Amino acid sequence: MSVSKPACQIDNYEAKYYHTIVMSKTIAEINEKIRAGKAVVATAAEITDIVKEKGVAKAAREIDVVTTGTFGPMCSSGIYFNTGHAKPKIKFGGGRAYLNDVQAYTGFAAADLMIGANALPDDDPRNRIHPGEFNYGGGHVIEELVAGKDIKLVATAYGTDCYPRKRLETWINIKDLNEAVLFNMRNAYQNYNVAVNLSDKTIYTYMGVLKPKLGNANYATAGHLSPLLNDPYYQTIGIGTRIFLGGGTGFVSWNGTQHNPTTPRTENGVPRSGGGTLAVIGDLKQMSPRWLMGTSMLGYGSSLTVGIGIPIPILSEEILRHTAVTDDDILAPVVDYSTDYPERKPDILGEVSYVRLRSGKIKVEGKEVTTASLSSYPRALEIALTLKEWLQKGKFLLTEPVAPLPGAESGITVKPLEIRPIED
Amino acid sequence: MAVSKRIVLRFPSRLVDRPIVYRLVKDYDLEFNILKASVTPAEEGVMVLQLKGDREEYDRGINYLLKTGVQIQSLSQDVTRNEERCTSCGACVAICPSGAFELEKGTRRVIFHDDKCIACGLCIKACPPRAMEVHF
Repeated sequence: MSVSKPACQIDNYEAKYYHTIVMSKTIAEINEKIRAGKAVVATAAEITDIVKEKGVAKAAREIDVVTTGTFGPMCSSGIYFNTGHAKPKIKFGGGRAYLNDVQAYTGFAAADLMIGANALPDDDPRNRIHPGEFNYGGGHVIEELVAGKDIKLVATAYGTDCYPRKRLETWINIKDLNEAVLFNMRNAYQNYNVAVNLSDKTIYTYMGVLKPKLGNANYATAGHLSPLLNDPYYQTIGIGTRIFLGGGTGFVSWNGTQHNPTTPRTENGVPRSGGGTLAVIGDLKQMSPRWLMGTSMLGYGSSLTVGIGIPIPILSEEILRHTAVTDDDILAPVVDYSTDYPERKPDILGEVSYVRLRSGKIKVEGKEVTTASLSSYPRALEIALTLKEWLQKGKFLLTEPVAPLPGAESGITVKPLEIRPIED
Repeated sequence: MAVSKRIVLRFPSRLVDRPIVYRLVKDYDLEFNILKASVTPAEEGVMVLQLKGDREEYDRGINYLLKTGVQIQSLSQDVTRNEERCTSCGACVAICPSGAFELEKGTRRVIFHDDKCIACGLCIKACPPRAMEVHF
């Protein structure tokens, strides 16, 4: 029996009294066990069978942490870093800067630069020859920087008395940067659309290539392994939660943009469409190109495929029950990306379960459609297993959130942009 | 004994205007299916063929091609997967017209059956991490 201290005392009573006592552990208690190398950890894939075998009450007492994982293209990813000062000094802020010919953002102070995964070189043809290939963009710069490759920095500035340099050309390397930080403003979506194409021509989307007339259907979450689907009401994942990020450790820094906790849910709390999201942050210098991969979406743009894993401390039976979510419990809306999505129509073509999606075929409007995922299940599982190993070996400690993510009670919804014409 | 193979033929520019594939049918009774062709007058031509026929006739046909100066490669070497970059997401599975990608049950890894590959190239750009590589 692996339980924390107060529970051990309870354990001395007759077993029949046991179930009448509400199981509760604290993060501090679980951390003690992690430090001692005694934490009992299961992945979100393993926990389903454990719960089936032992029941919720017993599993909740025995399991300390459930690990989750996801590995998919996350477009709102970016990095910022500080280059140190050149001699003489240059002020990037208000000037222009390029990293391997990809434009970086220069709206900050003298030596701070930021680049997003979707940034492109000025001379990239984009979609002028449709579909554009987007073979190299911000996501690829990030991957190469993380891989330890030299990156070409070219910057121009207007020059000031304190920062007189107007032009800079140099190689930079992550090991020489003062700070390099991954910051993603929206990822780990709690459920997502299944994308199809009803039109009669192939379309190229951030959900991949969609063949005409329901030629295929692409989905995007790790299903039962996905972090926020295992903690649907954000009972443990909050601001300050330590996570696996890009192969290193990071933190949940805020709710993600377009966080939508009020989205309709099934009985067990699973959002029926895009629900909560996370903003995450972490030290890029700890990360690895295996878990931050430059990605090219044909006809759409460049992106970054990011690995995120979140531990869920089993503090109560309810929390455990949520982690036992199965692909059967997760329903995703099927959305037409040829008209309904771009025109912001709320229509959906139906709902399908992740079990159906994973079977390789779904039925849409009476037609059998081949499915594929954009997020990698084997790599999501590898993340959950890695996090499990870190916890078992005492290499990773849990954190208490410093503030919760806004839940359904916040009333927060995703607002559209209503265009207000600008009259001259 | 019958054989059926997918091969890449590379024609030097001097051979581009000669009816070479025709001779495979006429003289060696081989059945062909052009999977992909890029032939421009006065430039090197590349053709991907599925070639079917009697084993001996097939070998004689290949010999004929080699004698005329056509270079031959077996197709499976031409589209390869960079295992380091493949994440097994699955974006290629529905895109491939010949069903060369298969989602392995259980592990959910994407398996690449290069014997089914017809080197059409559709997967090359549809692969988000650009793990599929074509070598002609």
